[in-house]
Amino acid sequence: MEQTAEGFAATMTPNLGAAVLAALGDCLSDVRVFRDEVTLITTRERIVEVLTYLRDAQEFNMLIDETCVDYLPKEPRFGIIYQLYSISRNIRVRVKVMLSESNRSIATATGVYCAANWLEREMYDLFGINFEGHPDLRRIMMPAGWEGHPLLKESAVKVEEVAFSFNRERVEANKPRAQE
Amino acid sequence: MTIPNLRIEESPKNVVSASDTQLDITFDQLKKLVSPRALTGDNMLLNMGPQHPSTHGVLRLLLELDGETVINCIPDIGFLHTGIEKTAESKTYTKAIVVTDRIDYLAPMICNTAYVGAVEKLMGVDVPLRAQYIRVILNELTRMNSHLVWLGTHALDIGAMSMFLYTFREREMLLDIFEMVSGVRMMSSYFRVGGLWRDIPAGFIDAVRNVIKVFPDKLLDYEKLLKENPLWRERTVGIGVINKEDAIAWGMTGPSLRGSGVNYDVRKAMPYSSYDHFEFSVPVGSNGDVYDRYRCRVEEFYQSLKIIQQALDKLPSGPVITDNRKVAPPPKHEIAYSMESLIHHFKLWTEGFRAPEGEVYFSVESGKGEFGVFISSDGGVRPRRVHFRAPSLCNLQSLPQLSKGCLIADIVGIVGSVDIVLGEVDR
Amino acid sequence: MGLEQKLGNMGVVTMSTEKAINWARTNAIWPMLFGLACCAIEMMSTQASNYDLSRFGMELMRASPRQSDLMIVAGRVSRKMAPVLRNLYDQMPEPKWVIAMGDCASCGGVFNNYAVVQGVDEIVPVDVYVAGCPPRPETLIDGILKLQDKIKKEPLNKWQ
Repeated sequence: MEQTAEGFAATMTPNLGAAVLAALGDCLSDVRVFRDEVTLITTRERIVEVLTYLRDAQEFNMLIDETCVDYLPKEPRFGIIYQLYSISRNIRVRVKVMLSESNRSIATATGVYCAANWLEREMYDLFGINFEGHPDLRRIMMPAGWEGHPLLKESAVKVEEVAFSFNRERVEANKPRAQE
Repeated sequence: MTIPNLRIEESPKNVVSASDTQLDITFDQLKKLVSPRALTGDNMLLNMGPQHPSTHGVLRLLLELDGETVINCIPDIGFLHTGIEKTAESKTYTKAIVVTDRIDYLAPMICNTAYVGAVEKLMGVDVPLRAQYIRVILNELTRMNSHLVWLGTHALDIGAMSMFLYTFREREMLLDIFEMVSGVRMMSSYFRVGGLWRDIPAGFIDAVRNVIKVFPDKLLDYEKLLKENPLWRERTVGIGVINKEDAIAWGMTGPSLRGSGVNYDVRKAMPYSSYDHFEFSVPVGSNGDVYDRYRCRVEEFYQSLKIIQQALDKLPSGPVITDNRKVAPPPKHEIAYSMESLIHHFKLWTEGFRAPEGEVYFSVESGKGEFGVFISSDGGVRPRRVHFRAPSLCNLQSLPQLSKGCLIADIVGIVGSVDIVLGEVDR
Repeated sequence: MGLEQKLGNMGVVTMSTEKAINWARTNAIWPMLFGLACCAIEMMSTQASNYDLSRFGMELMRASPRQSDLMIVAGRVSRKMAPVLRNLYDQMPEPKWVIAMGDCASCGGVFNNYAVVQGVDEIVPVDVYVAGCPPRPETLIDGILKLQDKIKKEPLNKWQ
């Protein structure tokens, strides 16, 4: 994986790359380029500042996507990914914040991009990430009474044993059946 | 080594009992979302869905009404949450193609294109030109398929019953073509990493040419029924208006964004699968109301036909899948005499291929908007994380803004005009 | 109130009555207008021009569970949807039947995960399972004909 500021500057058109690095230099902990995609890595404290700068000064007016990756067993464990797009300049940039397992909270981006609203609720629901200052933080995909966060790596994928001829009777016997 | 992801949960703790019907919102949460008049009972809170004929699936809306006027609209989604992202994590890159069909089940081929495109980007694989052109043809047919279902159901919601019967009649023509190439009407899974499952069958070209020949007449019928229809205009013009800035801020894409006058189409902005080889225009509206979104989609039919025509005329010959044996299986006859091919075949079908460590985002223009796939790879045969950027989710998110102040009868029209498909919203 | 109860009270059972009522039940099933996922689109195709479900006396899709006899569970049922689905089933008047349309509704299909109910028979009793992902309209029609056969042969003591 290339990790150079030069590679970043070359991908994002020279002027822009240099401008972003000059303005955000101290906010960014790392810049990565992989398959011509630029990822700016920043910290939890500076994320709102970075997003606001990219939106106002660099015309990244659209939050296309926001999601979370569980890097278990690495530490810091969670990566929050912001996928930004600028309609006028037709370029994309990705911003990433790493969160440790012990402190799963980050400031909300809803103040910068209102599109973040449901996307952050989804992460809260499926990953248990707490978004500070979110206007309506409650479960969105799972029922309100659900326990746990299903997309974490420690939760299992399969809920039912697959039935083959050798275990079919046991599986069938354990299966709940509805009554009239 | 045991993979924690593939473990079977022994005693599931979250078992839903049948008597467990709850309002998934507490009073404190509700207080933040509705006006004080709703809490005193002056405004009415009305529950719409999840079983409602006009919510296009299982969408639930909590409406706060003052008489017939909608004061607040609180969508409640997740009734079709399928855990597709979790399932995709547990499968190898090739096997996960199957679940992508079921995300946007009205446009499965477009979801396939996005997913295999993302994996191709991750692997650094090139796709043969013929395969790219066939993908374009099928993508455009799928877009027409998606728009036909939208047009039929949207018109049905507003009260034009016959549109539904017409559009579903024409849709069968397209489904026959999908069946011809893949053997299935809807869940085709025809695309593979690096190309296609196999070449198009005999008769495909004629069938597609027939579509191009027949469709303009059918579209004329639709236009006669709706375009200048005073009832239709009464129900759509000036309803559910959203301006440019708000549409961008809410992350709307596709015809819903273009109806507001923003010219953003992934096919033009960041061409994939050789879309830059074809001439077509992107229809853009101006008012951002239900009628303009309807016009944008109907105009897209003509553009799709234009693209298909060009792709058929220019369709090159050659292979339909890459010869990179790391991702694509060797042809069957090669296995008989080449030891190396046998090994590749064996590795691909037992283990799958390993992707380099990294993260990629790849997006395509679906019938609803920008459909993106984000893959995070840890260097293994299974992705660490697959995330689907669903256009319907972001478009639906703007519903509270679109429906503010409208009449309750217009809600179905507005929901229809943003063209949601719940499988994609909830995934 | 109805023919069934009256006959039951009198203790009179004749084959012809059973047949007559079963015949009436068979040919005027009102399915509930209720779609969940992909299969719902094929269900719509089944009702639309090319396949025309009304040939079997079933064109009248009712949006209200109170007016319908048949629930076609078309698509995957999530854990969040399951209580709603049961609630709808409970609201349907007797006699009522359920068709599990498609693999997801029958057994969970390809989605063996936390979110999907592994077969809708965990929630409601199912009469006919229709296989396919999604089933072709012909398959659904076949499933409906199978259900009609089943209703025709329903013995009197099973009447609700």
